[in-house]
Amino acid sequence: MNKNVRSVLINGLAWVLSLTMLTPLLLIVVNSFKTQTEAAPMKLSLPTHWEWGNYSVVIEQGKLVTSFLNSLLYSATSTILGIALASVAAYIFSRNPTKLNKFFYFFLVLGIAMPINFVTLTKVMQYTHIINTQFGIIVLLTVISLPFTVFLMHGYIGSVPRELDEAGIVDGCSPFKLFYRIVLPLLAPVVATVGVLNFMNAWNEFVLPLYYLNDSGKWPMTLAVYNFFGQFQVSWNLVSADIVLTTLPVIVIYLLGQKYIISGMTSGSVKG
Amino acid sequence: MLRNKTYPFYFTLLTLIVYTVFLVIPGIMGFYYSLTDWNSYSSEINFIGLDNFKTLFSSGEHYMSYVYNTLNFTVSTVVLKTALGLLLAIALNEGIKMKGFHRVMVFMPAIIPMLVVGLVFKSVLNPATGLLNETLRFIGLDFLAQKWLVDVNWAFKSIIAVDTWKGVGYIMIILLAGLQSISKSYYEAASIDGANIWHKFRFVTLPLLMPALVVTTVLNLLYGLKVFEAVYVLTNGGPGYATDVLYTAIFKEFSMGRYGVGTALSTLLFLFMTVAGYFVIRLMTKGEEQS
Repeated sequence: MNKNVRSVLINGLAWVLSLTMLTPLLLIVVNSFKTQTEAAPMKLSLPTHWEWGNYSVVIEQGKLVTSFLNSLLYSATSTILGIALASVAAYIFSRNPTKLNKFFYFFLVLGIAMPINFVTLTKVMQYTHIINTQFGIIVLLTVISLPFTVFLMHGYIGSVPRELDEAGIVDGCSPFKLFYRIVLPLLAPVVATVGVLNFMNAWNEFVLPLYYLNDSGKWPMTLAVYNFFGQFQVSWNLVSADIVLTTLPVIVIYLLGQKYIISGMTSGSVKG
Repeated sequence: MLRNKTYPFYFTLLTLIVYTVFLVIPGIMGFYYSLTDWNSYSSEINFIGLDNFKTLFSSGEHYMSYVYNTLNFTVSTVVLKTALGLLLAIALNEGIKMKGFHRVMVFMPAIIPMLVVGLVFKSVLNPATGLLNETLRFIGLDFLAQKWLVDVNWAFKSIIAVDTWKGVGYIMIILLAGLQSISKSYYEAASIDGANIWHKFRFVTLPLLMPALVVTTVLNLLYGLKVFEAVYVLTNGGPGYATDVLYTAIFKEFSMGRYGVGTALSTLLFLFMTVAGYFVIRLMTKGEEQS
């Protein structure tokens, strides 16, 4: 009996918690289907009439197709570049731990704590002529992902047996071929985890484009939705629809890859 | 040596170069530019000594309140997320049905962009029509309804609460993973020795959970000191300057073209976090070598 009461209480708590997390999101979803007047009080009630048209209005007015493609471009390329740059560095640092390599590994991972100086970074972006360019944002997204990615991969590569490297060397692999033909495929699990995480982080990034992209045609979805909110504050139905469309890609990726995401975001930290 | 041939250092060069150019060099440049009058109105940059820092520390300006707010935010969110996360993790460790569903739900806010969370809560916390006040009125707790993001006394607390809503699930899941790695036999042994619930928590759970707690604290600290979006979207520093933190102040200086002062603020943060980070990262990389 006592056990049953306890079980009901705990499960009740779990449901309260889940609903606390879900309700604000649900609020946005139901209001995205209402008319402007019905959405004004932002109530948690189903719409009397489902306004699917809100979505097409938002897609047009909010330039969502362009910003969706921009977000996709930034997230995908920066994820791939980041993994390429981080994996090869982590591989060398882990396999050949000389004094110099240990120092540079530490130097790179220190970036986890280092805050970005956005003001002077502007100067660097000007010198390198990538300010207000799509390439510039991709470079920055890649760079900020490096410290943590190197840290995670370094830990993983340490557990990949070295015997395989030796077999490769005996077969006459060049150093680079050894890396990308033999070691890289073995890193698939950590690449998947890091890939999903970095993609989502890049997708959610707001500050870098806020500082370094003036041109609205180059904006990712986060910046576009913020700007849309500024213009259409009174139309919460449209703002809601825009929020839903901006968040949908991350939610879909999350639901599909939640095993990788949760285990990746927690295992990487519990280990240390 | 053969090792240097098989695993050549130059493979890492490109990684190190882009990292240094775009992350380290701006930080170091900050030390120089914070001593200049660099701004957007003139192309000339003059050395002015410590004038920017004098501005920052002078009592007539708000800058010290930004530092205070940043520290307040950091400490509050660390304490709230850790305490709530730990409490929930312990409560939900055993006997939960539909575990997978709850896990997905509780973790969900962590993966949604802070920007979106901010916009959602701008609506939820609206004094007149917001869901929170409506609910409070509906259940007869009118006196609890506040002007959450507008009232000076509540605005910063509201930001902290929203950020905790977003982050607590993530912390809880990390701690839950830590709890589940503690072997049951420790608790059984403690029971035989006559330990009560508090003793078990104090002498078994807490010590064994320490590594996970250290990690969550470090994560929350690093995040808290760099907070920007939560404040920028919810209040943009308002009312007045009441809720401005370092990074929103830096953005404002940047937008106004006062690059010198902005850099000086940034450099203070850079110095503090890099020095503190040095010790934290050393701990992280040491632990890795041992395992």
